[in-house]
Amino acid sequence: MTIAVRTLDDGAWISVNDSRQVSVSDVWTLSHGTFCGCEPAYVLLEGFFGVDVSGSIVVADTVGRCLDCGTQDSIDRLPVGRIVDGEFKPYGPEGVQSIVEPTSRTRRE
Amino acid sequence: MASDVEQWKDELYGTDIRAEIERFAEEGWEAIPDDEHDAWFERFKWYGLYHQRAGQESYFMMRIGPPGGVLEPGQFREIVEIADDFSRGPAENPVFGNGWIDVTTRQAIQLHWIRLEDVPEIFERLESVGLSTVQACGDSWRNIVGCPVAGKDKHEHVDADALATELHDTFKKNEAHSNLPRKWKVSVTGCDEGCGQGDINDLAFEPAEKEVDGETVTGYNVRVGGGLSRNEPRFARDIDVFATPEQAVDVAGGISALFRDNGDRENRYNARIKFLMDEWGPEKFRETLQEEYVDFELHAAGEDLRESYSYNAGEADGKHDHVGVHEQPDGNYYVGLNVLVGRIGVDEAYDLADAADEHGSGEVRLTQRQNIVFTDVPEESVDDLRSQDVLEHYSPDPHPFQRGSIACTGTEFCSLSIVETKNRQVRYARWLTNNVELPEGVENFHVHLSGCTASCAQPQIADVSLRGMKTRKDGEPVEALDIGLGGGLGEEPQFASWIAERVPADEVPGAIANLLENFEEARDSETQSFREFVGERDDEELADLIEPEETDYDDPFMHNTKRTWYPYAEDDDLNESPAPAKADGTPIPSDD
Ligand code: HEM
Ligand code: SF4
Ligand SMILES: [Zn+2]
Repeated sequence: MTIAVRTLDDGAWISVNDSRQVSVSDVWTLSHGTFCGCEPAYVLLEGFFGVDVSGSIVVADTVGRCLDCGTQDSIDRLPVGRIVDGEFKPYGPEGVQSIVEPTSRTRRE
Repeated sequence: MASDVEQWKDELYGTDIRAEIERFAEEGWEAIPDDEHDAWFERFKWYGLYHQRAGQESYFMMRIGPPGGVLEPGQFREIVEIADDFSRGPAENPVFGNGWIDVTTRQAIQLHWIRLEDVPEIFERLESVGLSTVQACGDSWRNIVGCPVAGKDKHEHVDADALATELHDTFKKNEAHSNLPRKWKVSVTGCDEGCGQGDINDLAFEPAEKEVDGETVTGYNVRVGGGLSRNEPRFARDIDVFATPEQAVDVAGGISALFRDNGDRENRYNARIKFLMDEWGPEKFRETLQEEYVDFELHAAGEDLRESYSYNAGEADGKHDHVGVHEQPDGNYYVGLNVLVGRIGVDEAYDLADAADEHGSGEVRLTQRQNIVFTDVPEESVDDLRSQDVLEHYSPDPHPFQRGSIACTGTEFCSLSIVETKNRQVRYARWLTNNVELPEGVENFHVHLSGCTASCAQPQIADVSLRGMKTRKDGEPVEALDIGLGGGLGEEPQFASWIAERVPADEVPGAIANLLENFEEARDSETQSFREFVGERDDEELADLIEPEETDYDDPFMHNTKRTWYPYAEDDDLNESPAPAKADGTPIPSDD
């Protein structure tokens, strides 16, 4: 089946199949990343700007701020969940995430 | 590729949405097909309905936009009755109870917990008194803001109410301007105090004079491209155009059409006209407007009145808001009442409606500082009005910390928010009032709290700017605020710069107390304003003056209010949410 993913309400949500699944303004724990020097980095996501499905992984383009050192930057293709049997399983911000693809583009917020 | 939103708008948008709302209301919330939720909720915004956040599915925020904030006699009461009948949630707010109206910074009213099933009746009742929710949200002409005391104030130069109403009548439900690339915020100022706040709108008409054919004409200078949102604040730019009152609607239509045709429809984050203005600059903008969008020769800008702008300006002599008792040109009075964070409980709202009817003309006007104004109070009734019980709370003479407080919607209902806002700001204002002595000569002190960078509370133009953040305290993520200083409108408007970041929310009142103490100690003289004082110092010096600390202020919202279904519910866990629910409130079981 086809998976419809999109950002909604000015980047407040990632919607998967018309259900609001991943919410902005949560703190994510990022590890092994290039986001900033903190390990792990606790990063508040301030807005979603794009979303895509890569294989079975849903990835989001977002902007965040590290709660410890204050770095603000964009994050491309942050994995936010998986599609299993057509159902979205969110990773949730509590788990530790790796940024699989480092930030390459700078976008206007 | 055009965004999904653009595709949905192409398929069905504007006034066609009404029949669909009626149909869904008839059949019930569950009739909206699961795989069409995103499209319909986006479209509903055009009719002023905004689906509330996660955990509150099937409930809507409804926005009602009277041009210039003018609610004619009877309109305010009808809104209160509607709130009484339909705006009740499944849980209470500890400060405001259940059932209230919110006065917003764009002179509109917001109601919450609205059921789709009730919308047709609400629309009918609004229409019966000449009100509407059309284009209150969505990609089009939003509520037109302007001088809330137009026609009633001695500082008036040109009748802002006439133009705001004409623009409203022309561009609401106007097919050619229904579907713009993004929201479109218009302001009309008529006075020399700048209370239309044109500088932070997409399109601003500001009072000016111009010699035309040997005669001095009073009309408007035009500015374009202001806005506060998304860490990209801009002041509207002067495009060197003077419009006579007769030309103003055509000029507005030309600019709106220019935006319709040239705004970025591929990328919603780049779609506001401020970004087109970044790209083009005011000269190219004016040229395009002249060549392609108006069929008469535009006048160059006239003489403006910006020198005396005092609204939200921090240091000027004139009025900073409309609170208080002010004489009208006709000898009657208008009485501005403070509404803390813009929220009025239904019971008190009835009392206010009665008071406006008995002592004034019954008009209730809404200001961009989330306050209300009664007009046409005869001199002999002013004392009677002032002695009404309800004016103790909604006071024409509030403490500066109460008077200066503005807060947006926040995590209570808004999906974008990072922190709780309104209840917190009420607590801040009370604590500051009880614990902090304002330095000599400081009669106005504005603290604006926004839950996120969208900046609905206009934080960047306050004395103290607060914006939602998170931080870690004792290893736990807690709600926090960035603190900014230096912002204000006026002749030379300036945005705050963010001086202290990620301050735990329970340390903010202490930070403001210390900042004021440090200001009192270090300022040149007792006549130096807070804004001047801040303007003389760089960010580092200012950072040293903000000393966040815990005090006896107690903050019940430090935990993650965003991950609740309602931050004040007994059992606030998202999984305990009673939403979505049927019209009678019974939860609808979900299959996942
Ligand atoms: C559920 C509640 C609300 C939501 C979801 C919401 C959403 C937003 C968003 C997404 C933006 C910035 C996006 C942009 O246009 O670039 C924004 C900006 C703004 N909103 Fe709201 N808003 C809400 C309530 C309010 C209220 C209560 C007011 C008061 C009228 C308000 C007035 C404003 C203003 C003044 C701005 C910033 C100025 C500007 O950039 O033009 N909003 N809002
Ligand atoms: S400023 Fe942010 S949190 Fe507050 S109402 Fe606007 S969008 Fe919501
Ligand atoms: Zn860091």
